Parts: sequence; structure tokens; C-alpha cells
Amino acid sequence: MSEKTPQAKPDYRTPISRARGLGSGKSGTGHFWWQRVTAIVLALLVPWLVGTLVSFVGADHASVVATIAKPFNAILLSVFALALFWHAKLGVQVVIEDYIHARALEITLQLLLMFACILGALASIYAIARIALLA
Amino acid sequence: MTHRERPLSPHLQVYRWQITMTMSILHRASGMVLVVGAFALAWWLLAVAAGGDAYATAAHCVASPLGKFVLFGFSLALVYHLLNGIRHLLWDMGWGFDIPEVYRSGYAVAVLSVLFTALIWFFALRGGA
Repeated sequence: MSEKTPQAKPDYRTPISRARGLGSGKSGTGHFWWQRVTAIVLALLVPWLVGTLVSFVGADHASVVATIAKPFNAILLSVFALALFWHAKLGVQVVIEDYIHARALEITLQLLLMFACILGALASIYAIARIALLA
Repeated sequence: MTHRERPLSPHLQVYRWQITMTMSILHRASGMVLVVGAFALAWWLLAVAAGGDAYATAAHCVASPLGKFVLFGFSLALVYHLLNGIRHLLWDMGWGFDIPEVYRSGYAVAVLSVLFTALIWFFALRGGA
């Protein structure tokens, strides 16, 4: 009789019985929910952000700093940056999941995406804090 | 267990053009553009915080023809993604799901995107709102 490796054993179970009991599909509705929550935050803040940025046309450095340094603007801009990079992470994550089919490359890109978005959010908040606190 | 060939979803080129597919593709494309925009915003904020030469360089880049062109792209992508995103949120709440409504809202988003982007640039080129 020839020896058989464990992987070669026939699996007579149906696909559903193999899937049962393994828990939820990873994070359940978490991704869907936070994509919408951040979308609502961004949708509320975009008109204010665009208006503020347009008002910077022709303004000198000192007045740009003075505007961003106002508590209202500094806080909203920080909230915007957080929601923006969070929303970006959730969106690009799905694009990578959809189009990258090599597992190692996919995981590498997902990690790079996460690091880049955390870096982007922290850099933005650092810059806003520096503008607001040193103005 | 015998391995059966499972049906694949049909490839895109078998469909005739529809407004809905275009809006969907553009939503993802504009999202990817806006990711670049997010990092551009972070870069600009760091330049404002640093001041001096860093801010002068950033201001020069933004004001250059290429800078304006890129900013125009960001603004169009932002307005489109925002309006179509609101369309998605309304669908999530169960509104506007009939085919005629989906088509109508699609055309509305397309027209309003161009209109709002033009409005932003009218104020921007006039030298601030």
C-alpha cells in the first residue's frame, strides 16, 4: 500500500459544511459601516474646506497661517484629515482586493497602504498643530 | 470531489454602454485621484507649517500651469466623488433604486459636477471668494 499525505485524503464534506462554524467573513459589516460614517463626515466638511482653500487664492503665508490657526478651522481640518485618510484607506483596500490576485503582493500593498494613510493623517495633524500652536 | 468549472461573471465588453457603469467606474477612478489629492493636501499643510522656502516652493508649484491643471483635476474628482457618494448614501437608505431614477440621478450628478467645478474655478480665478 502506498503512503498518503494528509492533504491527499479525500474530503467528502460539502462546501457548506466546511464553511460552517468558522465564524464571520473576517470583519463583517465593519468596512461598509466606517466607509459610510467617514463619507458623511467628509460630505459635511468638503464645502467648508473648498471655500477655505478658494479663499487662500492670492493670500500671503501669514494670512494662510492665521486662518488655519483659528481654533474652529484647526479642529475641523484635523477631523477632515482623519476622516479623509481613513476613507482613503478603506477605498484603496477594496481596489487592491479586487485587482491584485498574487497573495504576497496583495498583503504587501495592503500594509503599505495602511502605513501610508496613517503617515498622511499624522503628518497632516502634526502640521495643523504646528501651525495652530506656533501662530 | 470533481472540480467543476464555475461560471465567470461576464466581461465588461459584452455590455452596451450605460450611464450607470460609467458613473460606477468614474467613482472608483475619482477616488484613486483623490487619494493622491489627500497626500498633496498633507504635503501642502506641512509646507505651510514649515514656512519660508518650503512654503515658497509649494506656493510656486500650486500656482504653476501644471499645478493649476492638477488642482483642476482634484476639484473635478472631488465634486464628482462627493455628489456620486451622496447618490450612493441615498441608495443605502433605499431611495432612488428604480432604474429610471438611477439613470436620472446619474445624469444629474454628471451635470452638477461640471457646474459646481466651474463655480469653484470662477471664484478661484476671480481671486478668492
